[in-house]
Amino acid sequence: MRCCIYKERAILGERVHSALGGDKENPNVIQVLNIACDECPISGYTVGPDCRGCIAHRCEEVCPRGAITIKNHSAHIDHAKCIGCGKCASVCPYSAISKHTRPCENACKVGAIKMNEVNKKAQINNDKCVSCGSCVYMCPFGAIVDSSFVTDVVRMLRESRGGKQYKVYAVVAPSISSQFGYAKLGQVVAGLKVLGFYNVVEAALGADMVSLSESRELAERGFLTSSCCPAFVDYIKKNFPAMVDKISSNLSPMGAVGKFIKSTDPEAKVVFIGPCTAKKMEFQLPEVRPFIDSVLTFEELYAMFEACEIDLTSLEEDVLDNASYYGRIFARSGGLSDAVAQAFKEQKIENFEPKPVVCNGIEECRLALLKASKNLLPGNFIEGMACVNGCIGGAGCLSHGPKDKNEVDEYGRLALEKTIESAAAITLGISPEKGE
Amino acid sequence: MNIYICVGSSCHLKGSYNIIALMKEALAKHQLTDKVNVSAAFCLGRCTDGVTIKVDDEIVTGVSPENFDQIFAQYVLNKL
Repeated sequence: MRCCIYKERAILGERVHSALGGDKENPNVIQVLNIACDECPISGYTVGPDCRGCIAHRCEEVCPRGAITIKNHSAHIDHAKCIGCGKCASVCPYSAISKHTRPCENACKVGAIKMNEVNKKAQINNDKCVSCGSCVYMCPFGAIVDSSFVTDVVRMLRESRGGKQYKVYAVVAPSISSQFGYAKLGQVVAGLKVLGFYNVVEAALGADMVSLSESRELAERGFLTSSCCPAFVDYIKKNFPAMVDKISSNLSPMGAVGKFIKSTDPEAKVVFIGPCTAKKMEFQLPEVRPFIDSVLTFEELYAMFEACEIDLTSLEEDVLDNASYYGRIFARSGGLSDAVAQAFKEQKIENFEPKPVVCNGIEECRLALLKASKNLLPGNFIEGMACVNGCIGGAGCLSHGPKDKNEVDEYGRLALEKTIESAAAITLGISPEKGE
Repeated sequence: MNIYICVGSSCHLKGSYNIIALMKEALAKHQLTDKVNVSAAFCLGRCTDGVTIKVDDEIVTGVSPENFDQIFAQYVLNKL
């Protein structure tokens, strides 16, 4: 518990507010709960008790700003002079100097979260934030939240009157295979139907549609970046505006499969369920809004199962199979590039050689984009995933243990369809490109 | 005429992909591609009965490559 029960209650109130959609004035779904922020001290580089006050004092020698002095047999850092370069920490033979930053700032690789100088609370700069959610997961005080659409979905399900009024489809991300460890995937599918979803469809089918279309577009245009990861796409828009026209013109797999479902049932409501907080921003984009009605994270789905007292392990297994191996492996870093290479083979595109650059995490994305913007990138296709390991490392995952890419591949191999074309054939030519 | 072929997980596992291919082939063979519109559907509510299709408002279940020609004759050719 924090300081007292009253504060706990106040925070609970804020969390309920967040579950109801959060601060509607704030366009970003990633929001700080000021009352929960513990105002972690930011001391930067500090000298710890391991300092022996040695006579070599390499720290003092290496500091470019003269911020270190040796007093009373110990190094001291003048924080007014320190620029945080970290050279002192790297030369200390006793590893006595360490860096202390707020976990949220450490987690944010796009520099979007900083301490507010006045109230000492964490503050998000929406012009930089890509809504990846890494700060949400990393804050040990639970002070940063992704606002939720769960009540919208509950209302949508209730008003569908068991599919009589309209049908609500759950589109599930392929990373679902490793989420509900205590139950079988087929039981999760069955659970979704108990909640009131009419049918469950794999987002991986959208990935199959996208990889076929994206490979043709790549061959035609000569250079592309992927458009699957909404945080990556947002990162390009905010930091590399000159590269925006290089983003694939395809919808994300979520958008593509939503488009297909609505082509078969124009009255359908489509809810995407995945590991991703940035999808909550993506579905509100004008080009995606017609195809996706709401977005939940796996965490929120788990909360719904709990709230409805659905014991997944007691349910009879249902089936889930709409996509190919290649569609399913989009969930992990490198999967999209494998799928695009396969799509080139299947479609016999021979006059162009795809050279994918796999970027695992937003820092690698930044490097690749920087090189590409200067025409120095040894490749012609950037696979950008904001989360390290890809979607299986997403902030909205239920389990944050070690991520096993083999687990994703194994799930991929269970797919009935072995080629992308045979899986995508059931879409009867619906294009995953943006627009009607 | 509108034909819907179920592509939900259950039917997909029982072979909707093959039925779509056979349907396209048969329509082309009988030069019916402009008279008959083929669409996909997610779940026609008969998950345990094999691949399900809907011909206008009539549901036909248990469609397989073995009985396809007979079903095509009875529900499509017969009604045009």
